[in-house]
Amino acid sequence: MKYSHSLVVAAVERPREGYVLLKLRLPAEVSLSDIEPGQFVELLAPRAPHTFLRRPISVNFVDYADRTLWLLIHEVGEGTRAFSALSPGDKLDCVYALGHGFPIDLPEAESYLLVGGGVGTAPLLYYGSLLHEQGRKVTFLLGGRRSVDLMQLDDFGRYGRVCLTTEDGSTGERGFVTAHSVWATEHFDVVATCGPKPMMMAVAAKAAEVGIDSCYASLENLMACGLGACLCCVEKNADGHNVCVCKEGPVFNVRQLSWQSYK
Amino acid sequence: MAKLQVNIGALSLQNPVLTASGTFGYGLEFADFVDLNRLGGFVVKGTTLRPREGNDYPRMAETTGGMLNCVGLQNPGVEHFCQHIYPQLKGLKSEVIVNVSGSSPADYAACARHIDALEEVHAIELNISCPNVKDGGMAFGVTCEGAASVVREVRKAYSKTLIVKLSPNVTDIASIARAVEAEGADAVSLINTLMGMSVDIERRCSRLSIGTGGLSGPCVKPVALRMVSQVAKAVKLPIIGLGGIMTAEDAIEFLMVGATAVQIGTANFIDPAVTMKVVDGIDRWLDDHGIADVHDIIGVIG
Repeated sequence: MKYSHSLVVAAVERPREGYVLLKLRLPAEVSLSDIEPGQFVELLAPRAPHTFLRRPISVNFVDYADRTLWLLIHEVGEGTRAFSALSPGDKLDCVYALGHGFPIDLPEAESYLLVGGGVGTAPLLYYGSLLHEQGRKVTFLLGGRRSVDLMQLDDFGRYGRVCLTTEDGSTGERGFVTAHSVWATEHFDVVATCGPKPMMMAVAAKAAEVGIDSCYASLENLMACGLGACLCCVEKNADGHNVCVCKEGPVFNVRQLSWQSYK
Repeated sequence: MAKLQVNIGALSLQNPVLTASGTFGYGLEFADFVDLNRLGGFVVKGTTLRPREGNDYPRMAETTGGMLNCVGLQNPGVEHFCQHIYPQLKGLKSEVIVNVSGSSPADYAACARHIDALEEVHAIELNISCPNVKDGGMAFGVTCEGAASVVREVRKAYSKTLIVKLSPNVTDIASIARAVEAEGADAVSLINTLMGMSVDIERRCSRLSIGTGGLSGPCVKPVALRMVSQVAKAVKLPIIGLGGIMTAEDAIEFLMVGATAVQIGTANFIDPAVTMKVVDGIDRWLDDHGIADVHDIIGVIG
């Protein structure tokens, strides 16, 4: 079931400059466990006259205890800055929860490496929390340019081991996520990734290189409706056909895509 | 409760609110937000004789008060529609109208013939105005001869209500409307999108894969209203008005300049329940103004 609601902002946090974490109160009618990790919402930017379309934002976390939906938003333009200007008690027009998320019911998959870059780390928090709850072994591999880019580390730490990389070496291992030593020292059954597309393609290639068959990536193509109607957000699948990221994805097994690494 | 029922040719609509092709999928995508039975009808995605992949990504750019798209008629083809999608759309109280496109008059006619066989589809909308495909589409809709040639072929193949969707990318839209009226069209719908462009100055390229796209959204409404008004003066056919309708008040503007029904397009992307609000809003506005029948406002602005 998808919903269109005006949600009350319960809390506004600023994990670092240029980013906002919104916690939105979910109404009683919404079944929280129906929200899949990796799904997204479409937000209408308030008081942003040059912003016409909704903004797709991935689900960062669902807090079952206080019934809040967390969204970690990078301020990049007028629309996303409008979300940053919200205060607790304000309302936000939200269509949710959309698309298909990360798999949480894979049989015989015990160990998961969740690889995120920049704000792309956001959906991995909720995903990791659900896997942890199921007793799966979760390792987060989070990368940024500098240490300031790495956010919510305490939250991630609650649900698994956290490995870090920065390009300047200020925190964790120096370099890209694909260069981290954990790839060589441990085996994982599943890799899941979210972040810039070149990073995700490199992660998929790395997973293939070390013999991990199961790799999932969350795409963020430009989209309008978020419902599979406008056909704007397409990605080529393995057969060369255009599929909607909003409806068939945003999470795909990389084998479903035309990415070279698995061909 | 005012009387909202209107006729488009032989097609009876329970209210004048339809959705625009390419903005509402096959209706089913919106079932969580909209009671499909409460719409006047919905026009499903542009359908062609053979499946089409459409254009490459990126296909969309946001603009002030609207958006550009260059989807390029991606669709699974008419046979897939008839076998797999149509069965899911049967039994609705609202009318299902199929938007038909092609690359030659014979193509359009062959596609229309498939749709003619579907018992519960009582109308097609002929798309001679898609700005995003090279082979056909708008090529037919920008000259009177081209428009007439398609309508002539399809009229022979299709027995039910034939609506022709007109392009605004022309010098004189009224002359195109007269040309399709002369070939036996039952109604016209207008406007399709306006050809436009958006540039990424850092990358020094268009934001759209094929360079240009079709502009839609509230930014086009004044142009659309003007064209509906012009066409209403030029032909006797019923007109379906569209272009940037976001609210019931916008829809009423179109009715007042001569549209018998309206289509909601891009607004579905902003508010997936907008069509219900427009249906209810028209009804409420008529009640508030003591008007018993929607026909009493259609074309009141001459």
